[in-house]
Amino acid sequence: MEFVYKTLKSIIWAYAKLREKLSPGWILKNSSRIREWELMVYAYSKSPIGVIGGLIVLIVFILAVIGPLIAWEPYWEYKILYDENLRYHPPCLPPSCSGYPLFGTDEWGRDIVAMSLYGFRISFVISIVVVFLGAPLGIILGLISGYKGGVVDEIIMRVTDIFLAFPGLVLAIAFASVLPQRIRGVLETNSALRAFFSGLFGLRQEEYGQLAALLSIWFAMVIVWWPGYARIVRGSVLSVREMPFIEAAKLSGLSTWSILFKHILPNVLSPVLVMMTFDIATATLFAASLSFLGLGPQEPVPELGFVISKAGGYFPERSTHVVLYLGIILLIIALGWNLLGDALRDILDPKTRRAIEYRLEKEKKK
Amino acid sequence: MMNEITHLPEDIILKVEDLDVRFYTYAGVVHAVSNVSFYVREGETIALVGETGCGKSVTTRAITKLIESPGRIEGGKVLFRRRNGKIVDLLKISDEELREIRGNEIAYVFQDPTSALDPLYTIGYHIHETIIAHKSKISKKETFKQAVNLLKHVLIPSPEVRVKNYPHEMSGGMRQRSVIAIGLSNMPRLLIADEPTTNLDVTVQAQILDLLKKIQEEYKMGLILITHNLGIVAEVADRVYVMYAGKMVEEGPLEQIFYNPQHPYTKLLLRAVPDPTKKIEKLESIPGVVPSLISPPAGCRFQPRCLYAMDICGRQEPPLVEVESEHRAACWLLEKRGGSK
Repeated sequence: MEFVYKTLKSIIWAYAKLREKLSPGWILKNSSRIREWELMVYAYSKSPIGVIGGLIVLIVFILAVIGPLIAWEPYWEYKILYDENLRYHPPCLPPSCSGYPLFGTDEWGRDIVAMSLYGFRISFVISIVVVFLGAPLGIILGLISGYKGGVVDEIIMRVTDIFLAFPGLVLAIAFASVLPQRIRGVLETNSALRAFFSGLFGLRQEEYGQLAALLSIWFAMVIVWWPGYARIVRGSVLSVREMPFIEAAKLSGLSTWSILFKHILPNVLSPVLVMMTFDIATATLFAASLSFLGLGPQEPVPELGFVISKAGGYFPERSTHVVLYLGIILLIIALGWNLLGDALRDILDPKTRRAIEYRLEKEKKK
Repeated sequence: MMNEITHLPEDIILKVEDLDVRFYTYAGVVHAVSNVSFYVREGETIALVGETGCGKSVTTRAITKLIESPGRIEGGKVLFRRRNGKIVDLLKISDEELREIRGNEIAYVFQDPTSALDPLYTIGYHIHETIIAHKSKISKKETFKQAVNLLKHVLIPSPEVRVKNYPHEMSGGMRQRSVIAIGLSNMPRLLIADEPTTNLDVTVQAQILDLLKKIQEEYKMGLILITHNLGIVAEVADRVYVMYAGKMVEEGPLEQIFYNPQHPYTKLLLRAVPDPTKKIEKLESIPGVVPSLISPPAGCRFQPRCLYAMDICGRQEPPLVEVESEHRAACWLLEKRGGSK
């Protein structure tokens, strides 16, 4: 834990020194901010759950970045063409068995560990992007709706209601079944886009049909993702905008935009940040379930949900290892984000942060 | 359209005429402010006095059109002499021009300094923000330098350190002084202080009042002081306006209001102030309650509580009667006297 604290602290100071170099006097001017950051990091390093969550997220992130590059088997080669035994080969543990992949193979004889490395990238990119596009959309709509009130509020909130009234999955299914053809057409003609997205997902450019399917899941999820944020942010804005400091800001002649983004947004942000970390976990599972239902990419893309759904046909006789292994991976990703979110909730709230600090001081004295 | 605006006498910077603010609530229309008129001279302090809920704060908010729905400004004129000498009606100009005036030429000091400061920003940032909203060509360094000067001015010890403090790191009195510093950041022509000392203890109160007075004299600002504390009024005000249930009932120079009050309400209000030199059995109060502003009593609004109420008081609104020069009160008693002269 000490190590985590020291590492994070050195990161903070490296950043502070960089700012100091860019604009001398920065450290002095922001000393209370830096102190607060240090305290946050300290509180975080003292929470085992948070550290474990952060570690999992870090590993998932690293695997997602380098996964497709280090995967030792290309996902587009079907090994069973050379060796019929490879179809759903069970895990091959060294003393009794050799020559086959350690964790077993999938339907096409590919090593499931290598396949899961591709899967990491895909699910990571989808979940992060969905949350990072969906949340700002919701936040902006919520801000405007809460601050403006009246007719604007009414319109935005009723649209939000409409989106919330449909079960998210059903709405996403509707979008995911209509969109792929259109996106496919776009990708077919635009090679730069094709190269960009295939690089992003760690897939081959030839797979643009599957890319279109992935993008449509992506798009479908962004569309169903914002209403929750709009609701939450609007609610918080309603309470913050009544604060006298907002009136004070108005009376000192600030423009509406600077009141919204300088005074209201920072005051409603921390619950949203926590919600975002939890949501990345949900989005990972959501994307997996969409492709489990067959709305995502098809062969040969090793999307986690899709591989599990394929293996489901042979469950439990031949494919238990695939379902278990990939299922546990999804579980760990979701768990990591949830644990991190839990720790963030504690350290982002100044009250609980102080409580943590106080408790630790007391323990130290004993 | 701008030509319509009548000219103001030289020394007057703000003149409010027949201001009318109503709140359209579910329970009915609240006549929060009805036909209120007053003016402020350059470098002068006026005090708005009245019970809680009599419309003092609403009146000052309405000056810069900061009445939130369901409130509405139904009528009146707010003439203001801008820095460049132009006279504008604040209720008619564009939002953009109004925004230029807010915080720049008319600034407010709030009642509760704890919540008037955004907890996420330092005092220096608050001042920086207020300055930058009106002058775009100024560097952060310069605004922070000005912030230090302002804090020094409002007697905050070690301003170089305090400028980087967050609101929660300061005491109540210091926060109130910071709020005053923020109000002063653009050297406004008119400062509106809404019960600036209500939340402070007596020693700090005195400091803040001295400070306001000193600053006002130095910068030749107009100052509107809202309060229900008559002690404060006696201390700082030049002229006093007494409000009751959304109406001006009496106005006049400080001495005349205190030594020669004409309206029964003012008299009772002054009687309610305990005299520290005498032993008191029971604190004086004004019998009755403030009337509901949804259906204010017909005629004079004070009539249900008035000791001298007559027939006509319940039927017809009393006119403002000039008692002495600049000293006027709205009461039928005075009208009779004036008539018999």
